[in-house]
Amino acid sequence: MALKDRKKILTVMIVMALVGLFTPFANDFIRLLITQTLVLGILALSVDLLLGFTGLASLGQAAYLGMGAYLTAILVDRFQFGLGCDLSLILLMGIAIGAAGAAFFGLFAIRATGVYFLIITLALGMVVWGLANRWNSLTGGDNGINVMMRPNCGVDFSNDINFFLLVYIFFCLSLTAMYVLVNSPFGRTLVGIRESETRMRMLGYNTWLHKYLAFVIAGGFGGLAGVFWTHLNGIVSPEDVLLPISVDALLMVVLGGAGTLVGGPIGAAVVVFIREYLSTLVEWWQYILGGVYVLTILFLPDGLMGLMALVKTWRTDRSEKEGAEASSGQVR
Amino acid sequence: MDFWILQAFYGISYGALLFLLASGLSLIFGVMRIVNLAHGSYFLLGAYVALTVIWVTDSWLLAIPAGALTIAIIGLAMERIFLRQLGFAPLRQVLLTVGFALLFQQGALDLWGGDNMFIPVPEYLNWSIQTGTLFFPVYRIFMIAVVAVVGVILWLVIEKTTLGAVIRATVDDAEMARGIGIDTSTISMGVFALGAFLAALGGVIGGGFTGVYPGLDFEVLPLAFAVVIIGGMGSLRGALIGSMIVGLMDNIGKGLFPELSYFTLYAPMVLILAVKPTGLFGRE
Repeated sequence: MALKDRKKILTVMIVMALVGLFTPFANDFIRLLITQTLVLGILALSVDLLLGFTGLASLGQAAYLGMGAYLTAILVDRFQFGLGCDLSLILLMGIAIGAAGAAFFGLFAIRATGVYFLIITLALGMVVWGLANRWNSLTGGDNGINVMMRPNCGVDFSNDINFFLLVYIFFCLSLTAMYVLVNSPFGRTLVGIRESETRMRMLGYNTWLHKYLAFVIAGGFGGLAGVFWTHLNGIVSPEDVLLPISVDALLMVVLGGAGTLVGGPIGAAVVVFIREYLSTLVEWWQYILGGVYVLTILFLPDGLMGLMALVKTWRTDRSEKEGAEASSGQVR
Repeated sequence: MDFWILQAFYGISYGALLFLLASGLSLIFGVMRIVNLAHGSYFLLGAYVALTVIWVTDSWLLAIPAGALTIAIIGLAMERIFLRQLGFAPLRQVLLTVGFALLFQQGALDLWGGDNMFIPVPEYLNWSIQTGTLFFPVYRIFMIAVVAVVGVILWLVIEKTTLGAVIRATVDDAEMARGIGIDTSTISMGVFALGAFLAALGGVIGGGFTGVYPGLDFEVLPLAFAVVIIGGMGSLRGALIGSMIVGLMDNIGKGLFPELSYFTLYAPMVLILAVKPTGLFGRE
């Protein structure tokens, strides 16, 4: 088991190292796509913590991305704050506002389970969207807020390579943090709750508190993704907090495989590729996106990561069968 | 005073429209325990199909059943071919409906383009009754009337017939219903088609005053959720009360606090959910 885990970690590390080495030399467009994938990947990680490890399907994760994104944009726009080395403060504040938002919303949401949780998080997402859309004096309403400049603190992040590296570093940190988290006793308790909340409660665990903390942590990661989201796009608008982003985030995780951590970012890569790249080639790209979702849910309940496992068992099955046939031949 | 009368009238007529959309959503949830995220798409597609029928036949009266029935068939196919396959797996089924919402969105864009369109309302409904300084558009009165008729029929069927008793039994406890020989699979199919029918009917009728445009599907969906959440899922009476509350709150909220209008709609909904997750009138 430990050996297998080590092998998996090594694979992920190699892949991430390759991404880090290759991307600075890729062309501008590809680099942009990869950066976007990593930002959404952080969001997907937060969804996976809830869906894959706690068994809570959140359909409002864009709310926390939105909080981080609007905070960043408002501070830059009003106070020119966060354009220098104070970026590090912004990152902390982004995490804090996402976590604080989730801490508040969680009071309402955590009581609900299953489909009800899905609906209440959707409703909470709509509350944030409603505020973003209508509170003109703060959020710029429909038009959103333009952020023309990226921060410059010795390293100039308006250079796309530097910005990529920043996002890349934080993605790797997030992935590591999540890995440590889900393998900690806290994370194992979450999985226990996913499997049987009643049983965990009987064993004396405070399941409400565990779910609540997971929700808050997920909100923090969402807020972090939001900070990058604003600087990546140069604009934040109510569309960024709207239902489709939340839906996307959830589907990325389902697509990649819930409860695997790396599944979410892989799903993010697929979605970004279809949305941004394929859409430049064919006009009916949304059929592909919709089709991929439908087929994944119908035939790959464990997502793309499940597909890999499926191929592996199929291969071992076959080699075992061949082995069995060979040995039976010898007997004859 | 005039302000309040008009807002109440607009609110109730808007609520009537929402009832068409949300009652199906609520019934589907009751029977199948899933939230159909493609429900807004039915609303939009119904309106588009009706528009096409009007272009071809020039008959508004024909467009209403044509739009609603076409979408009912689409809903039926969706339930039979895809949702049924998954057995009882609410989360996967919900995610599947999202996939369909995306597919429908693109399909509508390809077939009908991205322009804002209106379903032309016939002359005999396109005037206003004037009392004093107030104008009441007849079309909105017509909407309220349609919903009153649909509501009464639904209520009679569900409360007074054997079929209704079977549906109620399935809503209360699907497993037990199956145990005593009720064909819950067929019930699910029927209710899903009925829900699609009602949503599309709402789309056709609503298309006369909200217009028909891409993005309408995801715009009305949260409103329908608000209704079923406030009213409670699987309850027809709840859907009616919920749609009136949402219709009124939406109109009055927009009138009084334009900056916070969506907030005034969704925040109470969150509070209700937090206190009573099954909604005000939901069955446990």
